[in-house]
Amino acid sequence: MTESMNIKLKVWRQAGPKAQGRFETYTVPDANPHMSFLELLDVLNEQLIKSDQDPVEFDHDCREGICGSCGVVVDGVAHGPQRRTACCQLHMRHYKDGDTIVVEPWRAEAFPIIKDLVVDRSAFDRIIAAGGYISINAGAAQDANSLPIAKTAAELAMDFAACIGCGACVAACPNASASLFTAAKISHLAMLPQGAPERKSRVTAMVNQMAEEGFGDCSNHAECEAVCPKGISISTIATMRREYMKAVLG
Amino acid sequence: MRPALTKARSVKSKDIHIMKPVLDSHIPDGPLKEKWGNYKNGIKLVNPANKRKHTVLVVGTGLAGGSAASTLAELGYNVKSFCIQDSPRRAHSIAAQGGINAAKNYPNDGDTVWRLFYDTVKGGDYRSREANVHRLAEISNEIIDQCVAQGVPFAREYGGLLDNRSFGGAQVSRTFYARGQTGQQLLLGAYQSMSRQIGLGNIEMFARQEMLDLVLVDGKARGIITRNLITGEIERHAGDAVLLCTGGYGNVYYLSTNAKNSNVTAAWRCHKRGATFANPCFTQIHPTCIPVSGDYQSKLTLMSESLRNDGRVWVPKKQGDNRKPKDIPEEERDYYLERRYPSFGNLVPRDVASRNAKYACDEGKGVGETKLAVFLDFAEAISRLGQEAIAARYGNLFEMYERITGENPYETPMRIYPAVHYTMGGLWVDYELQSNVPGLFVLGEANFSDHGANRLGASALMQGLADGYFVIPYTLGNYLASNDLPKVTIQDEAFATAQTESTAQIEKLLSIQGTKTVTEYHRELGRIMWDHVGMSRTEEGLQTAIKEITALREDFWENVLVPGENSTLNKNLEFAGRLADFLELGELMARDALERAESCGGHFREEYQSEEGEAMRNDDLFTYVAAWAYSENGHTLVKEPLEYESVKLTTRSYK
Repeated sequence: MTESMNIKLKVWRQAGPKAQGRFETYTVPDANPHMSFLELLDVLNEQLIKSDQDPVEFDHDCREGICGSCGVVVDGVAHGPQRRTACCQLHMRHYKDGDTIVVEPWRAEAFPIIKDLVVDRSAFDRIIAAGGYISINAGAAQDANSLPIAKTAAELAMDFAACIGCGACVAACPNASASLFTAAKISHLAMLPQGAPERKSRVTAMVNQMAEEGFGDCSNHAECEAVCPKGISISTIATMRREYMKAVLG
Repeated sequence: MRPALTKARSVKSKDIHIMKPVLDSHIPDGPLKEKWGNYKNGIKLVNPANKRKHTVLVVGTGLAGGSAASTLAELGYNVKSFCIQDSPRRAHSIAAQGGINAAKNYPNDGDTVWRLFYDTVKGGDYRSREANVHRLAEISNEIIDQCVAQGVPFAREYGGLLDNRSFGGAQVSRTFYARGQTGQQLLLGAYQSMSRQIGLGNIEMFARQEMLDLVLVDGKARGIITRNLITGEIERHAGDAVLLCTGGYGNVYYLSTNAKNSNVTAAWRCHKRGATFANPCFTQIHPTCIPVSGDYQSKLTLMSESLRNDGRVWVPKKQGDNRKPKDIPEEERDYYLERRYPSFGNLVPRDVASRNAKYACDEGKGVGETKLAVFLDFAEAISRLGQEAIAARYGNLFEMYERITGENPYETPMRIYPAVHYTMGGLWVDYELQSNVPGLFVLGEANFSDHGANRLGASALMQGLADGYFVIPYTLGNYLASNDLPKVTIQDEAFATAQTESTAQIEKLLSIQGTKTVTEYHRELGRIMWDHVGMSRTEEGLQTAIKEITALREDFWENVLVPGENSTLNKNLEFAGRLADFLELGELMARDALERAESCGGHFREEYQSEEGEAMRNDDLFTYVAAWAYSENGHTLVKEPLEYESVKLTTRSYK
C-alpha cells in the first residue's frame, strides 16, 4: 500500500478584494501520493473547519482538466510543475514527504482577487463577447457536408479551440497579457471558411477589448505557452498579429 | 396540500384540450413521423415586435441552457441567463468526451431517422415516450449543421468531409466527434453564440448566481430567487417563463463523474413548489471510469466509451490472480463481454457493460490494488493498427489516464470500473418540455423525457442541443402567445415570501455549528446510495437506504458544521444547501426504486432477473412514467402510462 506524506503548505489568504493578503503556513500530515493537488486542499480544508478556522476558497469544478475553473500558482508556476496539466490533474506522486508547497492566486490587474485563491476572470468573457464567435442564428445553417474543410485545417482549428479559458497564460506572463487566450480563439476561427466573413471585425474588436480590460501587451516571453494546460502554441499570437495588420491596413 | 397536477392552459393546437385531470403529455395527433410537423403547424406564434416584451429566465448555461438562451435572444426575446460558475463556458457539458449522434447516414451504412429513434427507445429499455424520441431523432441532423456553421471543429476525413465513429448500443457509425473533447467544443459553440447575444445586449448574464427558489404568481412560474455567490445577497428576478437547464443529480452519490458543483437544488426547489419529479431511480452507471483509489477521492473521472471501439474488456479466469496483466496468458483471460454478447461484444450498452464488470468483481476476479476494477486492453488494436493510429483516436484520453494513475496504457491495460455518470430521471415535462407548473420549462439532463431507463452514448449532447436550439423556440412561443401574462414585478408578495424562506434556510445552516462537516455527511449519503441504490438493488437494501437516509438527514440538521458567514464567497455554505436537497432526493430515489418491481435499463432489481442474470422487465405492470408529487406530508405517485404505437416491446438483447 502507498505511504502517506507530510506536506507543508504556504497559502495566500485574503478575506476580500480590498483586504490585505498574507501567507499562512499549514501542515497536512497524511497526504497520499495518489491524491490530486486539489484533494490535498480538500483535506487541508477539512482540517481547518474542524479546528474552527475558515477554509481556503479556491475555484474548482470538473476536476478533469477541461472546465478551466481551477487555477493557482504552485511554487511560482501557474498550475504547478507538470507540463500540460491543470492543477486539478496534478497528483501528489510528484512530491515527497517533507516538501513545502507555496500556493498563490493568479496575479493580474485584469483578474482582481475575490477571496483567497479565487479571482474574477470575467474579462475573458467580455473579450469573447466582443467578437469571438461566428454569427449564425439557429436554424440558418446549410448541410454540414456542403462545406468541405481540409483535415489539416480542421485539426489545426481544433488545436487552437482546445483552450479552456483558465487564465494561466495571463498569470504566467510578465506583462499579464491575455494574448494567448485571445489569439487562440482568433486562430481557431481564422482557420475555418465559416469564420471568414467576420475575420477583420473579429480581430480588431477582440484585440481592442483585451486592451480595454487592462491586460498588458505581448513581448514574446512565451511563458504562456509553457504553462498552458492544453499546449496552445504561441504561433497563434503571430496569427493574431497578422490578422490584425490585415484588418487595420487592408 | 397536494399540488395541482392539472395545467390550466388555453387551447393551443386544435388537437390539444384543456384541463386534464392527470399528467397530460400533450402528444400531438397523427402518425409518429408527422407529429412534430403537425405540432409546429398548429401552434400560436409571438409577433416579432412583441418578442422583446417578454422576459425569459434561463437557469444554467450548459448545452441546453446555452443553446436556449442564445436562440431565444436571436429570436428577439429579452433573456436573463444564470449560472453558478464564474463563466457560462464552464458548465459541466464541457466534460462530455465521446461525441454526438445524428442520423445523417454520411457513412452510407444503413442509418435512418427511424433507426436512431428505434435504437434510442430500445436502448432506453422502452421507458421513454415515442413521440419525444422521434422528434429528437428528426432534429439530430439540424444540430450537426448548426454546430458546423458555428465553427465547431469536428473530426474530418482526408477528403474534407465529416468523420463518424460507432458507439455503444448501435450497429451504425453515427457519432460525430471533436477528438475526445466533443462536449467542450459544442458547449463553446453555444457559449460563443450566447456571448454574441450578450455583446448585442439581448442577454443579460448573471454568473456566480445560484437559483434557490421558484416564484409562482397565480399558479404560473413568474420568477426566481437567486443568491449572489460572492456577496451572499439574495436577488429577485421576474419574467414570463422560467427555463430550468440545470443538469442532473448524479452527485447524490457523492462520487460521480459530475463536476463538483453539479447539483439538484434548482430542480428540487421547483419540485417543492409543485413540479413533479419523474423516474428518479433511473440513473446511469458508466462502465469506463478510472477506479477509486482512496478515502480522499473527491470525484471520479470518466474515460470515453469510445475506448470500447478498440479496447477489449477482460478479467483473469482465476479468482484473486495477482499476476501482472502481461504475465496472464491468453487462455487464462475471460473476455466476458465478447463471450456473453457475441454480436455486440465490447460495444454493449452502458448498463449491461457496468453490471457485468460488477459481477466479475463480485466473483473475486477484480484486478488492481482494490480489486474493484477490470482491464480494458488495447494490445490487440495496437498490434493491428499501430500505436500511431490509436494515439490519433484516443491520445488525449491515454494521457489523462496516465496523468491520474501514473500508468502507461500503451504498455499495460487500463483498469476501469463503473461510476455514476448521468441521471435519466428528472422533472416531469410534457411534449412541449413544460413541467406541470405552467411557465416552468425543463431542458436537457434536468428533465426526464428522452432516455427512458438508460441513455445511449452520444445522446446527451444531442438532447441538450435539440431542446435548446430547436424545440424550445417553438414551444415557449406557443406558451407565451396562448397565455394571458399580466405584468409581475419583484415587489409581488410571492417574491418576498420565497426570499424569506431562502434566507431562513441559510441562517439555519450557519447557526447549527455542529461537529460534522458537509463533506463528511455527503460522503456518508454517497455510501448509502452506492451500496443500496446503485448498480443493483434489492427490496431489503432499498428499505435500509430509506431508513439510513432519514436518520442521516435528521442528524445533518442537528449536527452539521458550516464554517464562515453568508456575506462572502463561502463554498461550504453553497454545498450545505445542495446537500440538504440531496438528502431529500436520495430517499425519493430509493422509494421510486422500491416501487418499480422490475429490472429495466439502469434500474436492476436483483429479484427480477433471468437464470442467466439478464434484466427482466415487467411491461404489464410498469410501462409508465413514475412522477412523484411533493407535499409536506410526503410524496404521492402519479403515473403517466406509456403507449407504444410504432415500436413493439421486445426483450432487449445484445447477444
